[in-house]
Amino acid sequence: MEIKVVRKVLDVNEKMAEQNRKFFAEKGVFVLNVMSSPGSGKTATLEKTLSYIMPEIKSAVVVGDICTSNDADRLAGTGVPVVQVNTDEFGGDCHLAAHVIEKAADNIDLDDIELLIVENIGNLVCPAEFDIGEDARVVVLSVTEGEDKPVKYPLMFRECDAAILNKIDLLPYLDYDIKETIHNIKQIHPDMPVFEISATKDKGLEPWIEWLKSKVNSKQKRL
Amino acid sequence: MHEMGIAMEIIDIAISSIPDNVKNACVEKINLKVGKLAAIVPDSLRFCFDIVSKDTPLAGAKLNIEEIPVVARCKECDFKWTINTPVFKCKKCKSGLIDIVSGRELDIISIEVVEE
Repeated sequence: MEIKVVRKVLDVNEKMAEQNRKFFAEKGVFVLNVMSSPGSGKTATLEKTLSYIMPEIKSAVVVGDICTSNDADRLAGTGVPVVQVNTDEFGGDCHLAAHVIEKAADNIDLDDIELLIVENIGNLVCPAEFDIGEDARVVVLSVTEGEDKPVKYPLMFRECDAAILNKIDLLPYLDYDIKETIHNIKQIHPDMPVFEISATKDKGLEPWIEWLKSKVNSKQKRL
Repeated sequence: MHEMGIAMEIIDIAISSIPDNVKNACVEKINLKVGKLAAIVPDSLRFCFDIVSKDTPLAGAKLNIEEIPVVARCKECDFKWTINTPVFKCKKCKSGLIDIVSGRELDIISIEVVEE
């Protein structure tokens, strides 16, 4: 006997994500999901980003890692509320799901912030598949990774609204063709803005900061 | 990489889809649609499913996975084509404004059940 089901396998996550999105909208909080491979400089990028936007845009961060609170400790240094999510002590999930964000948000005073940044687990595959109820998605890529990363992980680059190309201060020392990387990003997502920055050397961040501020402000205006 | 979690979701949905009037149901087959753009490897999913379905009414069930090609439609010229290489620009007019028509699926279509 064949029984019709016709349901999305990730139905539970998608419903939870919609619930999060509604809840964050009621609170007037813009949610940014930041994804990347491990070691691309997500945390450094966020530390620098927060130093630019605070106190103008009141922010908080949820940091996902399989293990340790190292990133949360670093981000707490910027003075914003930080919630660490460890998916497991050893092993554990490869992405943050919507229900994890719901729980993490419980520990943040959402009435006091306009921007919630979610630093996802370093992985270019799985986080792209899971809606967490965010307003925008950003992928961080660094010039020490291959130029072909965007075409190797097309879903991630399709799903994101902007790309940050980090560590450009290292370009003089690398055999790296940044034009090819940008070409590859545009093959996957032709109208995606690409921001070339060096988080540690504080170079090129202004266009990215302007983009982020305009996104947060446009949500505030809609309320 | 998250195929284990996906396999567990499939089991939850399949078990909840078995009608109450079917006693000692045994699920023989689960029909799925998986888009080529979904971050799922069918072989890994089958491997994980076999492990987590043990001791459930789904033990021994076959995952029948229909892979769905990535199909796009140009918003400018309405041209529709199948994407086989990672280039998301219109093949005809080169526009980057496209809709993904299919390829993101991760759906359970039906289950095939026998009464024991």
